[in-house]
Amino acid sequence: MTTLTFEDFKPGHFGTFGPRHVTREEILAFAAEFDPQPMHLDEAAANASMLKGLSGSGWHLGSIMMRMLFDGFIGRTASLGSPGVNEMRWLAPLRPGDDLTLDVGVAEARISRSRPETGIVTFKGTIRNAAGVVLCEMESPIIVSRRTESGTE
Amino acid sequence: MRFFEDIEIGAQREVGSFTFTAEDIKRFATQFDPQRFHLDEEEGRKSLFGGLAASGWHVAAVCMKLMVADGQRSAAEAAARGEKVAVGGPSPGFRELRWLRPVLAGDTIHFSSRVETKRTSEKRPEWGILQARNTGTNQRGEVVYSFLATAFVPRRNAGS
Repeated sequence: MTTLTFEDFKPGHFGTFGPRHVTREEILAFAAEFDPQPMHLDEAAANASMLKGLSGSGWHLGSIMMRMLFDGFIGRTASLGSPGVNEMRWLAPLRPGDDLTLDVGVAEARISRSRPETGIVTFKGTIRNAAGVVLCEMESPIIVSRRTESGTE
Repeated sequence: MRFFEDIEIGAQREVGSFTFTAEDIKRFATQFDPQRFHLDEEEGRKSLFGGLAASGWHVAAVCMKLMVADGQRSAAEAAARGEKVAVGGPSPGFRELRWLRPVLAGDTIHFSSRVETKRTSEKRPEWGILQARNTGTNQRGEVVYSFLATAFVPRRNAGS
């Protein structure tokens, strides 16, 4: 399989990935380790919360998006890592049993000034559930190698 | 967790510390971010990170873990004093999250949180909305992680 480099990312829609099924067990396991708030762990407390029912941690949803990005294309991209996330909006709760679809767009692609052998590709990721409700939107830059004359490393 | 009325702009809380072991880093990466520099020491050394590096999402999740533990400690203290206990609400998101330096196997990261803004919610008068700058600093005093968090916090007299 060919490795994707900076040149493969042009502004516009890039791809749609998933579906990824999320179980109650994995929501509870992530929450128990990293975000043990009652709204993510306890059915009764969750029903009384603003989100009105058991919901996954937003950090779990972010981590699942990372895995969907990896499986979708980052695993075969000459990625050197990411400096951060410009914005994450958690718009609707992640629920047990959700089937998630990830839409990825390229907002911007530019050559790095400090490391001209690399480019910075700013992605926009949107996760929807099976009903088409947007659960989260994220914008994040990723550093990607440029193609070299001798081929990509 | 405290009530909206008790939170002061500029107030800083020391949230706690966590040491990232190679085993932790690989376990999280295997599940959520299996890029080679998060899974293998040699690949990490060859990468921009210069060593086996934790996924940025792992650093973020550990920060949340310590924030929740800190909130639960202060809730238990309030309960012990016989005070009303605040239960925090969800977060609508965050901005300006920066992975400023790699977190490598063996690093100990200390997290702190500083309140930047607070306002009452127009749509939900029983809640306030708080913005805080959360940062992670390693054992050499280098800031490795920072983001601007937003969260709903309960108002003291919401039910009255």
